[in-house]
Amino acid sequence: MSAALLSPGASGPDVSPGSARSSGSSSAHAASGAPAAARRAGRRRTRRVLGALVLLLLVAVGASLTWGGLTGEVLGHLGALLGLPGGEESFVVGTLRLPRVAMSVLAGVAFGLSGTLFQTVLRNPLASPDVLGISGGASLAAAWAILVLGVSGAAVSAAAFGGALTVAAAIYLLSWRGGVSGYRFVLVGVSLAFAVSSGLGYLLTRAAVDEVRAVLVWTVGSIGTPRWSAVGLLAGALVVLAPAVAVAAHRLRALELGDDLAGGLGVRPDLARLGVLAVGVALAAVATSQVGPIAFVAFVSGPIARRLLPGTGPALPASALVGAVVVVLAELVAQHGLGSLEVPVGIVTGLVGAPYLLWLLATLNRKGHGA
Amino acid sequence: MSGRPTGERSGPDGRQPRGHDPHPRSHDLRTVGLDLAYDDRVVVHDLDLAIPPGLITAVVGPNGCGKSTLLRGLARLLRPHAGQVLLDGHPVHRLPSRQVAELIGILPQSPVAPDGITVADLVGRGRYPHQGWFRRWTSTDDQVVGDALAATGTADLAARRVDELSGGQRQRVWLAMALAQDPDVLLLDEPTTFLDVTHQIEVLDLLTDLNRQRGTTVVMVLHDLNLAARYADHLVVLADGRLVAAGDPADVLTAELVASAFGLTARVVGDPVTGTPMVVPVGRHHRTPSLVARDLG
Amino acid sequence: MAGDSRPDRRWFTEVMLTSPAAAVAGLGAGRTSVRGAVRRRLLVTLLVAAGLLLLAVAASLALGARPIPLATVLDALAHRVPGDVDHSVVLDQRLPRTVLGLVVGAALGLAGTLMQGVTRNPLADPGLLGVNAGASVAVVLAIAVLGVTAPAGFVWFAFAGAAAAAALVYGVGAIGREGATPVKLVLAGTALSAGLTSVVTLVLLTDTAATTSFRFWQVGSLAGRGTGDGATALLAVAPFLLVGALLAAVCGRSLDLLSLGDDLARSLGQRLGRTRALVAVAVVLLAGGATALAGPIAFVGLVVPHALRPFVGPSYRALLAGSVLIGPAVLLSADVVGRLVVRPGELEAGLVVALVGAPVMIAMVRRAKLAGL
Repeated sequence: MSAALLSPGASGPDVSPGSARSSGSSSAHAASGAPAAARRAGRRRTRRVLGALVLLLLVAVGASLTWGGLTGEVLGHLGALLGLPGGEESFVVGTLRLPRVAMSVLAGVAFGLSGTLFQTVLRNPLASPDVLGISGGASLAAAWAILVLGVSGAAVSAAAFGGALTVAAAIYLLSWRGGVSGYRFVLVGVSLAFAVSSGLGYLLTRAAVDEVRAVLVWTVGSIGTPRWSAVGLLAGALVVLAPAVAVAAHRLRALELGDDLAGGLGVRPDLARLGVLAVGVALAAVATSQVGPIAFVAFVSGPIARRLLPGTGPALPASALVGAVVVVLAELVAQHGLGSLEVPVGIVTGLVGAPYLLWLLATLNRKGHGA
Repeated sequence: MSGRPTGERSGPDGRQPRGHDPHPRSHDLRTVGLDLAYDDRVVVHDLDLAIPPGLITAVVGPNGCGKSTLLRGLARLLRPHAGQVLLDGHPVHRLPSRQVAELIGILPQSPVAPDGITVADLVGRGRYPHQGWFRRWTSTDDQVVGDALAATGTADLAARRVDELSGGQRQRVWLAMALAQDPDVLLLDEPTTFLDVTHQIEVLDLLTDLNRQRGTTVVMVLHDLNLAARYADHLVVLADGRLVAAGDPADVLTAELVASAFGLTARVVGDPVTGTPMVVPVGRHHRTPSLVARDLG
Repeated sequence: MAGDSRPDRRWFTEVMLTSPAAAVAGLGAGRTSVRGAVRRRLLVTLLVAAGLLLLAVAASLALGARPIPLATVLDALAHRVPGDVDHSVVLDQRLPRTVLGLVVGAALGLAGTLMQGVTRNPLADPGLLGVNAGASVAVVLAIAVLGVTAPAGFVWFAFAGAAAAAALVYGVGAIGREGATPVKLVLAGTALSAGLTSVVTLVLLTDTAATTSFRFWQVGSLAGRGTGDGATALLAVAPFLLVGALLAAVCGRSLDLLSLGDDLARSLGQRLGRTRALVAVAVVLLAGGATALAGPIAFVGLVVPHALRPFVGPSYRALLAGSVLIGPAVLLSADVVGRLVVRPGELEAGLVVALVGAPVMIAMVRRAKLAGL
């Protein structure tokens, strides 16, 4: 997935003094030197940041696997997986910890990408599937499946997937008025989010007491202890969607310039927007169907990635990595951070995410960028 | 053949950068009975207009007469309500978008750059129509971008952020992006409106360079009648969405036309620098008795 | 404006703001006839609104799982017969519920109108701006930490939570050059609501007893909250609502001037900071009190001013007067619908309002051609 996205087109501001000097001197030589040099410097910076993020992710994954002891067992199990001599499979690692961490990484990647796609195509840094009721729709559908249909497991996941798609389609159709404007999409999304959460509240009042907990967990998002088949499903979906993400990224370069310029560059703005949104919704829906709506991951990954790599556009690979890091770390805290209390990961991201979000709104507003 | 409009563009590898091609671009862009509308409100009525290839055309007219709308119709951003926009005889809406983008480029009014984007990145985006489904960046792209930056004098700004630039610099960067797109026909919606007079002349001179050196057809909407008369080879006057006059500025720009299209009393004299028509407005407060007598008589 | 004489600014403003149609007509016609026409229109609208409210009240007293003919209702109100089941239903169940609906509906209608006026945006509603989430958090913490179980006991916590949340959302949304635009406020409200919901869910997951009390409170409802302890709560909160309503009445004219934009309002002698503060206090008292009494109910504040605007025009004084009548009408109607739709069960009024309110908001968003939308 990263190859196309890391293609030489990415450029960024020069941060090191050396590259500033070199671009200045090269412009004296050949006109084509300056942009190429600027792009090379940008690519260097991108590689450094992405490398740091990968490192951070590996550390987080390692911590997550080995927290609570069993480092030796972890290494042994990994060794066995890689076919190294002396490796020994471990139940705890292989069936409990490893799938959980793998799911966290995959879900984080999916949410991070989805959020950034939404925010970029709607040109609104504060619009993302979890805020717009798409994740809420998944919760509502899951709750309905659990409480009304009485099913569990994969059927609930399928319902959640359908719920997310339905709400997304509803938002798109309802906000379409000769085209889709970012503001209208966001406001329609928020209205539907409200209606959806009212529906959820209603279902909760009608639920039997022992079902309430299951429904509540589906409203905040939780990794739990997934089966390898579920992990495989999410991984497979990401692989299938990867080329679509790359194409969307390319379209975004034109869409970012506004409808008129994009049209002038040969893009059909409405179709391209629909395509990008569809990819974003697919990512969010498939991730939500497996782990529920983990609050705020989709929301913050994009802005954090853009802060690390300013001036490079949507920074999709960075968002994916940031999303993964956030979910893995939040899951770590959710598991072990609150003493003996184990909470769903969505609560941790919610508790940390909301203040961050408000701070983001306040600082964005102050700079005049805002929504 | 396949019915696609042809251009004299290909060098040995089929992708020769424009600047080295000495042949003028001769794509024919015209409208036939064109009606353009927003939500059933018809803004441009029954327009028959031929854009002369390889020349600079200026479109003028009072506020709200449909100039921007016309440009957007030509650039394929608006579907015709009635009538057609033809590129080399083919309706422009039936052609593949990417192909049209390689031939027609538009620079809208007050374009907005994404937050924090650098000059080099923004100009690079102009290469979009020449790239595939995924972003394949080639050395040709580098060269064209470099040429565009050099032509607009913005090469030393390549690493700067666009939102840090002054108005004049920013407009030159947008021009560089249009150059990087390398279209045969360049449409510009009020490229000089928010610039001070020095930068207005700078931009118009750049566009003239573009036209003379590369043979690009330039169609620009201008507010300033005098600059339009000076820089345009072909002047188009619109009023109320209809064509009032089209032709050489010296023939088109008369006091009678200014009065009927703009509702403005004016004298038209010769520009002392270029000899092109110069419109000198007469307002309420500056009438001398002789002028009043002349108008009444 | 012909440009030969400077128009009388105050007259212009007053006529402009009473009705758009009048403004257009007034530019040519004489002053008194235009204002008379506008006043008459307002009067007619208010009379119709009062009529609708009366209908809603009658329905609320007469309809339900046990339909009671109007004659009996009037009878019960006039001469109560002890032991008569119908009379008991009317006087002991439905009357308190109706009174609660009147009070809460009026408070929500006023709060919504005030909010739309002070933020100058048509999509303001106390529920969308985090007030409900703030009240919920406070209530759930009261249940879990302090062991409060009766709805009446939640009242003060709900009040405090709503106030704090509203202050935070408005504060965050108003930072920046453009002030509190629709999208910023709504997103700040959504952000805060989402975060506070996490807190609520955390508490509910860890304390199952809390879940039982909370999940019923958090669907806004008029059922059972007007009687017994609820009545005491109503009496206790009523003074605050009254103060809020008085503040609203006083602020009406200021809101009209505010709607012209900050600069123009200042030049016409408005003290912006003071007006905003007064309105904010009024909103907190009204919205907080309403949520404290009936639980979180969204969309009433949003819908009421919009329903009135086509009839009374953009003047906030008229809108405020109308919302006192239409707000309760809407809420009581929703309550009645909830009682009838799943007889003999009940759908809570808050849910009915949400199910109807969301499409209304979406319709408004689609139609709006306002700046920023």
